[in-house]
Amino acid sequence: MSTDISITVIDRKGEAHEFTVPTDMNLNLMEVCKGFELPVEGVCGGMAMCASCQVYVLTETHFGERNDDEEAMLDEAYFVQENSRLGCQIPITPELDGLKVALAPEAP
Amino acid sequence: MIKTDIIIIGAGPVGLFTVFEAGLMKLRCHLIDAIPQPGGQLAEIYPKKPIYDIPGYPTVLAGELVDNLMEQAAPFKPGFTLGERADSIEKRADGTFVVTTSKGTKHHAPVVMIAGGLGSFEPRKPLIDNLADFEDKGVHYIVKDPDQFEGKDMVISGGGDSALDWAIYFAEKGSHVHLVHRSDRFRAHKDSVARAHELAAAGKMELHTFAEVKGLEGTNGLDTVVIHSKEEETHIKTDLWFPLFGLSPKLGPIADWGLEIDKNAIVVDTFDYQTNRPGIFAIGDVNTYPGKLKLILCGFHEATLAVQTAYKIINPDKKFTLKYTTVQGVQGFEEEQPKETVKS
Repeated sequence: MSTDISITVIDRKGEAHEFTVPTDMNLNLMEVCKGFELPVEGVCGGMAMCASCQVYVLTETHFGERNDDEEAMLDEAYFVQENSRLGCQIPITPELDGLKVALAPEAP
Repeated sequence: MIKTDIIIIGAGPVGLFTVFEAGLMKLRCHLIDAIPQPGGQLAEIYPKKPIYDIPGYPTVLAGELVDNLMEQAAPFKPGFTLGERADSIEKRADGTFVVTTSKGTKHHAPVVMIAGGLGSFEPRKPLIDNLADFEDKGVHYIVKDPDQFEGKDMVISGGGDSALDWAIYFAEKGSHVHLVHRSDRFRAHKDSVARAHELAAAGKMELHTFAEVKGLEGTNGLDTVVIHSKEEETHIKTDLWFPLFGLSPKLGPIADWGLEIDKNAIVVDTFDYQTNRPGIFAIGDVNTYPGKLKLILCGFHEATLAVQTAYKIINPDKKFTLKYTTVQGVQGFEEEQPKETVKS
């Protein structure tokens, strides 16, 4: 039996959006942001190759570490911080309940 | 001036398949692409990734798909202008178009198909306030004509293949190379990383890890590169910095062609994928319409329908009936497209 979880995304104007997200749809965080029409481009379609879905993780939520592709992309991206992640590399799972992230600024 | 029936902007999978579909209708094509090889993203970004949703191929590597599309298009002898970005378009009084590239190459045709995918790939530039002051005066985003830099001291930034390959190349040619990278993991091929460490151990290269170039100094061109790492700030006397941070796609000059744009994509009519400017079509990932899916297979469909209207534009008095390749086979062109040098 799948559960819905709650995720909060702070947009680039500082406004918080709380979303109820299903965990059985094979979604990732980039797709969730796009689905709710936040200004996330997801240019590369989820291959960790553009960093347009970069977010800062604001909660202590425990989930998977950065993978190699994600690390490599973040090494070249803009405005990267310790808590930077690529939304497209974060699958939506029940562990993410309560997660709060902020969208990173758009690349120049 | 290169003359053809259809100018295709973007030599990715959809652009290449357009050559085939246009060829079946006896239309000639010429492709323009900013990157120096055909294949678009498939060749540039993920040649070794398998694709699973090409009909008839349970799995195919992106690079193999490009090779196959090139083979499929070959009988129709397409022309290519590669390594040049399509910069401007001009509509002539007779309704035909002239497309001019970043290097000034002119192309003339009655129909233009934009199959530009994510856009043209531009170097990712570092964020440094006075960067623009030093562009081409010491700061280079791509290494052109490496001979001129051999033996010179230099700073190279980045952790990918491009950064490592050039750092090794120049170190082996006697340059003193400072390789600066934001972490200590390199995305480049592991043999290259091992070689870089060897060169560093031999004193021929200096590795600056967890470091970033934060400042550029110089009055008449670059003379000092300032590297920040966790512990210190290092000033390197050099007049050469190569920030090699990979490429990112930008819609680029096409955005200024008077086409209706929605969220970085060109709006088209799904009847024939024509844009708001008659004679200019947009197919594949670069377009948008209600229900759009950015899939290669959808781009193939769009290309096929678009060339039907292209045919009518090019041959207003002729009627074309669909013929199946199973019946007709594929009759390519005997001759290369004549390279006309017509005064414009």
